Amino acid sequence: MKVEMIKKAFRVAFPYTVPIFAGFWFLGLTYGIFMHAAGFSFWYPALMSLTIFAGSVEFLTVPMLLGPFAPLSALAITLMVNARHLFYGISMLEKFRGTGWKKPYLIYGMCDESFSINFTAHIPAEVDRGWFMFFVTLLNHIYWFTGALLGGLCGAWLHFNTAGLDFVMTAMFVVIFFENWRQEERHESSLWGLGISVVSLVVFGAGHFIIPAMLGILGVLTWRRGRREMEGELVK
Amino acid sequence: MTGMERLIIIGMVLLGTLLTRFLPFLVFPTGKPVPPYIRYLGRVLPGAVFGMLVIYCLKDIQWLQSGHGLPELLSLGVVLGLQSWRRQMLLSIAGGTACHMLLVQYIF
Repeated sequence: MKVEMIKKAFRVAFPYTVPIFAGFWFLGLTYGIFMHAAGFSFWYPALMSLTIFAGSVEFLTVPMLLGPFAPLSALAITLMVNARHLFYGISMLEKFRGTGWKKPYLIYGMCDESFSINFTAHIPAEVDRGWFMFFVTLLNHIYWFTGALLGGLCGAWLHFNTAGLDFVMTAMFVVIFFENWRQEERHESSLWGLGISVVSLVVFGAGHFIIPAMLGILGVLTWRRGRREMEGELVK
Repeated sequence: MTGMERLIIIGMVLLGTLLTRFLPFLVFPTGKPVPPYIRYLGRVLPGAVFGMLVIYCLKDIQWLQSGHGLPELLSLGVVLGLQSWRRQMLLSIAGGTACHMLLVQYIF
């Protein structure tokens, strides 16, 4: 029975997403309140959480929307921040094969959390992989959207002083940086990322430093690859 | 910024996100081998990009005006301290943000 198969996939997928529910509601609510505090109607977080569905870059749209109109810089920042999705995609090429009409949605909704679950979960043989991954992605999408929508709506009713709330974005990236740092064998590229960005910030100023910093990072990492190959480190 | 300009910015962010998610499936349709340079970038780029984003978040600190960046630096310490102690991402984010809000609202 097809319906039974779908139900079974849902029952297996749901428990995997419960921790994501807690996290997405917390961050989604904060994101909605953050957007409200920045002067945006709840339509903005609702629309963006539904269509973009990439948490970190959605936080970054707030300074983009408040600063001078710079669409190319917005595109460049998004490409760099989300560049990791390229590598998620490369890892999922095999796993998404044969999932039929669900495949475009699986790719579309491949945020960090959906990727982490779908990449690492041990799906029992009797459960349909395509439906399992579909429900993981869909549930995460729903959690994020409802959290951001509620945050955007509640922002209007919650009358508290939001000064300093913007630090939530800084805290999030510091934690991500720190966790990535702990997993690194060597910290060279993290240090290059910090160093090049600081130099670029000092030279070009807060409004214009991102693109030079990105070019610098790509350039230096490409140059270092040559060096590390010569040192025999990257034989594989 | 006008409403149309805002929509264009959101559209650009959406376009960038779609590109990064769909590109691998368009470029490597049936298990074509992934070039070593791309695999190398996959390993080293995340750390550098996260470092850049931390600087991006701190770019507007006024080092020479009231506070001199102290609320941010102290709250960063709270975030890192909580994260190394409990390794609960949400706790670290909530604790650091609460600390920053208290500092800018009541002390600096």
